Amino acid sequence: MAGTALTRDVRVSGHGTVETPGARVVQVQKSLMRHNDAVAVANRAAFANCLVLNLVSSPGSGKTALLERTVRDLAGELRMAVVVGDLETDNDAVRIHAAGAPSVQIVTGTVCHLEAEMVARAVDQLDLDGLDVLVIENVGNLVCPASWDLGEDVRVTLLSVTEGEDKPLKYPRIFKDSHAIVINKVDIAQVVGFDRAQALANVHRVTPAAQVFELSARTGEGMAPWRAFLRERLATKRG
Amino acid sequence: MHEFGLAVSMVDLAVEAARKEGAERIEAIHVEIGALAGVVPEALEFAFGGAREGTMAAHARLEVTYLPAIAYCATCQSEFELDNRFGIAVCPRCDTPSADLRQGREMHVSHLEVT
Ligand SMILES: Nc1nc2c(ncn2[C@@H]2O[C@H](COP(=O)(O)OP(=O)(O)OP(=O)(O)O)[C@@H](O)[C@H]2O)c(=O)[nH]1
Ligand SMILES: [Mg+2]
Ligand SMILES: [Zn+2]
Repeated sequence: MAGTALTRDVRVSGHGTVETPGARVVQVQKSLMRHNDAVAVANRAAFANCLVLNLVSSPGSGKTALLERTVRDLAGELRMAVVVGDLETDNDAVRIHAAGAPSVQIVTGTVCHLEAEMVARAVDQLDLDGLDVLVIENVGNLVCPASWDLGEDVRVTLLSVTEGEDKPLKYPRIFKDSHAIVINKVDIAQVVGFDRAQALANVHRVTPAAQVFELSARTGEGMAPWRAFLRERLATKRG
Repeated sequence: MHEFGLAVSMVDLAVEAARKEGAERIEAIHVEIGALAGVVPEALEFAFGGAREGTMAAHARLEVTYLPAIAYCATCQSEFELDNRFGIAVCPRCDTPSADLRQGREMHVSHLEVT
C-alpha cells in the first residue's frame, strides 16, 4: 500500500492560483510562530538543568490542585517552583505558595494562553539554578495553548472525569502534542458515571504514545506513578 | 482566540520580505494553515482586514491553503489522512493508532505576490 497518493492541500479562499497581472512572486516560507518559537528556544537553553512541564487543561480540571499535592508530596526531595497563568487574580499562585513552593503569577488579562515571552519574564523572578522541577500552569483552555511552545520538556494535558469521555476527540491537537495525560478526580468517577474504558480508548486513538495517569489530586489516590514519572524524566534530562 | 495576533505576524512577515525585494505593494499573501493549527479561517480573514491597514499590504488579498492532517503508519509504511473533525489517528488500513503526525500543525506564510 506504500506510496498511495494523498491530496495534501485544499485551497479555501482567495482567487485560487490566478496571479495579479504584472506581479512577481516572492518566496517567504516562514512560520507565523517565528517570534514565539525563537523565545522558546532561548527558554529551553535557560532551563538546561531543571525539568520543565507545561500543564494544560480546561478551566477547573484540577491543575492547581494537582500541583499543590505534588509540591507537598515531594517536599524535601525535589525543589519545585510554579509559574501560573490566569486571566485574572493571583489565587492560584497563593495556593501554590501555601503548599510550600515559590510561585509566580502571570495575569494575562484577555490573552487565552501563555506565550514564551511571558514565561521568560516570569522566570526572571526565580532562581532556576536552585530548582529541580519547574511547572508552568497554563491558562485553562484546550485550544490556544496548543500552538505556543514555552520551552518546556514535557507537555501534560489534564482531563477530569466530570468533563466527558470525548474531550480528546474534541481537542485532538493538544492531546496529540502531549507526552502525558492525567485523568483527575477519579474519586468521583463513579458518582458522575465516568466511562473509564471509553475515555482511555479515546485518549489512545488520538495520542497513542502518551503516558496516562489516573489519579485524584483530592484523595492522593494514584499519585505514586505520577511522582515516579517526574523523577524519571528529571533523571533522563540530567543524564 | 488569537487570530488577530497571527494576522499581525502575517503582515509583519510579508512586509519584511517584500521590502527586502524592493517591492512597492503587496498584492497577495499566501498562507498555509494546517487542520490541527486551531485557526478558524474566517476569523483569520476578518483579523487580516484590520492588520493590513496602513501597511504596504493595505490592498492585498489573503489566500489561505488548508492542509489536511496526515499521519504515518509504521505498520503499513504509508501515510493516511486523519479524520479532520476528531483527529483520530487510527490507520484506516490496519487499525493501528499512530503518533507520527506528518502534516497538520502548519501556520506559515508561503509566498507573496508583489508589484
Ligand atoms: N473531587 C475532586 N475535586 C477536585 C480534584 N482536583 C481538583 N478538584 C476540585 O476542582 C476544582 C478546581 O480545581 P483547581 O485546582 O482550581 O483547577 P484548575 O485546573 O487549576 O482551574 P483553573 O486554574 O481555574 O483553570 C476545585 O474545587 C477543586 O477542589 C479531585 O481530584 N477530586
Ligand atoms: Mg489553576
Ligand atoms: Zn496501517
